[in-house]
Amino acid sequence: MSPRPGFVLEVDRSTPPTLFWHGEGFRLEKLPAGSRVLYPPEPLVPLRDPVEAIATALENPLGDSEPLSALLRPGMRLTIAFDDVSLPLPPMRKPDVRQLVIEQVLDAAAAAGVDDVVLIAALALHRRMTESELRHALGDRIYDAFAPHDLLRQHDAEDPEDLILLGSTEQGEEVEINKRAATSDLLVYVNINLVAMDGGHKSVATGLASYRSLRHHHNARTMQHSKSFMDQHRSELHSSNWRMGRLIAASGVKVFQIETTLNTEVFPEQFRFLQRREWEWSVKDRMTFVASSKALERTPDRTKRSIFNSMEAPYRMTSVQAGEIEAVHERTTQNVYAQQLVEITGQADILTMGLPYICPYNVNSIMNPVLVACLGLGYFFNLYRGKPLVRQGGVLILSHPTPWEFHPGHHPSYIDFFEQVLTETTDPGEIGKYEESFATDPWYIHLYRTGNAYHGVHPFYMWYWCAHALDHLGAVIVVGGDRAAVHRLGFRPASSMNDALEIASDVVGNNPSLTHLHAPPILMAEVL
Amino acid sequence: MKIPSTTPLFRSLKGRAPAARTAIGRVGSFPYRSPTWPGTVSRPAPERNLGVDYDTEWSRKYPARLFRAVVLDNVTRPVAHLTTSPQVRGEELLELLDPPAIFVANHESHLDTPLLLSLLPARFRHKTVVAAAADHFFDRRWKSHVWSLLLAAIPIERHRVNRKSSDQAADLIEGGWNLVIFAEGGRSPDGWQQPFRPGAAYLATRTGRPVVPVHLHGTWRVLPKGSGRVRRSPCTLTFGSPITARPDEDTRRFNHRIEAAVSALAAESRTDWWTARRTPAESAIREAQGPDASDWRRSWSLGPSPGQGETADPRRWGMRRIQES
Repeated sequence: MSPRPGFVLEVDRSTPPTLFWHGEGFRLEKLPAGSRVLYPPEPLVPLRDPVEAIATALENPLGDSEPLSALLRPGMRLTIAFDDVSLPLPPMRKPDVRQLVIEQVLDAAAAAGVDDVVLIAALALHRRMTESELRHALGDRIYDAFAPHDLLRQHDAEDPEDLILLGSTEQGEEVEINKRAATSDLLVYVNINLVAMDGGHKSVATGLASYRSLRHHHNARTMQHSKSFMDQHRSELHSSNWRMGRLIAASGVKVFQIETTLNTEVFPEQFRFLQRREWEWSVKDRMTFVASSKALERTPDRTKRSIFNSMEAPYRMTSVQAGEIEAVHERTTQNVYAQQLVEITGQADILTMGLPYICPYNVNSIMNPVLVACLGLGYFFNLYRGKPLVRQGGVLILSHPTPWEFHPGHHPSYIDFFEQVLTETTDPGEIGKYEESFATDPWYIHLYRTGNAYHGVHPFYMWYWCAHALDHLGAVIVVGGDRAAVHRLGFRPASSMNDALEIASDVVGNNPSLTHLHAPPILMAEVL
Repeated sequence: MKIPSTTPLFRSLKGRAPAARTAIGRVGSFPYRSPTWPGTVSRPAPERNLGVDYDTEWSRKYPARLFRAVVLDNVTRPVAHLTTSPQVRGEELLELLDPPAIFVANHESHLDTPLLLSLLPARFRHKTVVAAAADHFFDRRWKSHVWSLLLAAIPIERHRVNRKSSDQAADLIEGGWNLVIFAEGGRSPDGWQQPFRPGAAYLATRTGRPVVPVHLHGTWRVLPKGSGRVRRSPCTLTFGSPITARPDEDTRRFNHRIEAAVSALAAESRTDWWTARRTPAESAIREAQGPDASDWRRSWSLGPSPGQGETADPRRWGMRRIQES
């Protein structure tokens, strides 16, 4: 049976309570009759033979590109860059897509007699990956062949020796990227496209760039003009990356782009109820839900995180395409939309969403309050094409415990951002004045370069990510969150969904319309 | 042994009672019980030989009828009397009625069927089939067997017109079987009557058999929809005068007349026969369906449970206001 498309449920009296993610836990909420719930499409049928599909894609490139085997020759400098630990979410079961693709690229390189090969994790300003994370993404075979010889590297956006300024765009955006990648005869980029924003020119122009380059599009103004940043045609973030990408190509950097898409098999068999619509839950689903909910309520936070962080998604590949960047990305975006797009008519006064335990920036880490805001107002709010799911001046209700807790090793600058910047202002346009001091702080740079810390400026980017939503919304309410942390974010805390709806009535009146985004699995709303 | 009310054990048990009730209530709802299906979502087709495809012929054979009669008279009837202390009105109106007939009732609770069957006059009781929702009572094999045997249930498609189920019901009526059908198409979610669906009127028009309007009052308090807990509470069953479709009356208009007749019985069970007679049909239907208001106000308007009424302030209950208006 073919997978069912996405679905908009109109809640009535017979509708069972709706599942909300709540960090490392779940809640069941009875939504008011007349509310609409947006369910994602069921996972698409995966590629029958992904290895064969990758081989076919490499030899049948899209756009103005020769097959990979024709681009490889002895004596050339080959660099293979790949997406970092922020993709996919949660990490997928072995073998990771990157391993499958890079093994074939390396097979082709070996067959062509290419000796000078370097692999680079395209971190941008993210934290460095640990050995186990690299082994997971690339497989032991690749790791053991390259890491001991310093041929498996992680992009360092603060290493002046390994950065090169390629020029400026017409808008004055400086393009500075990884020197090894830019000076190679061929740069192969291996991407996992989880959402429509990923991939394309953004892979190189962001993933291998420096702060000097990133600041031109990672700012409040760009985000406020990206409506949404998941919609290429209305995203200033996309436009900026495209300008930079074209300048990179014009500078003579030859990029062979390989993009993959995954279906939405996000949760392993024991948590299969998270993929199902509530009224279709079997006895087993309900037993699993009750058992896991009750167990999680009694489990310490640290243990809960370990349990969830050990969860690996049984993702399956739905497409792979290779060749010239723009042609590849156009096909990739179509495949992402085929899996994620759900049509809905009209905006609501209130948008509700349950936030899970993970976002791109806390893999194997802690979801601190800034990341909670980023996931809700940045990522989930922007999962639309056309118009936002909630009207201008409407209310966003998030469900998440929002603990006042930070990972000191991964997010050191977040702690100071939370304590020093957000106490002064929560206006994304205002915080920019503090950005430079965090971005150039030598201690944060040291931790970024030598430890596993996100760059000092990263929390600013997370807050910029929220800029469009903050601009658009009348209020943000967090259900079940740490009151002090929620207040610090500039949001309103509520102890229950009913309380949140009561608080929301101050903004949107007594008879509001409500839409609930039933994600994850990820979906993208086409708001008509 | 009676536990003195001053002992620590008594105080401890008393203190835990609300928590126990909450726990029981929680266990009686999703996810501890099966989820209800949203009315806005169509159900997938049931397995083959289930739903309207289930063959109930065997349940009308003599051994099954004998078993059902024994259970109905010796188990169902005493239990129904014990839990609902039923008061029956209008039974004499059936004296002049020749079977087969179609009994059309409102639907407040799962108790309605056994209660109504056990209170039908004997000459109807043991040759009656019950129209049951194909998607609820016949969606599993074991459920299909159980309800066919115990209630002589036949599957009826309630969400769309299904020729097979209507043909089967019509054939049975023409073959001499009485039919019990709940014209609302499902149990009331809040105790108030829902609009009637035209299935019963269609069958009556097609077969030319009389319809007996029936109203069940109080079963919602005994076992409301969504609850797994049976509470003892008195119930009233009121039979109305049989009505037959006029030659110039189509299904839609006859259905409206049936709904008005059942609604008049609802008014009669709340007040008296004479007051109900003087209520116009449209008003009776509107009153039976409850106020057009929020959920809590509709629940509030149902009034106090029997036994609470004497102590409660009558001005609190919206029902009075509706009747007065």
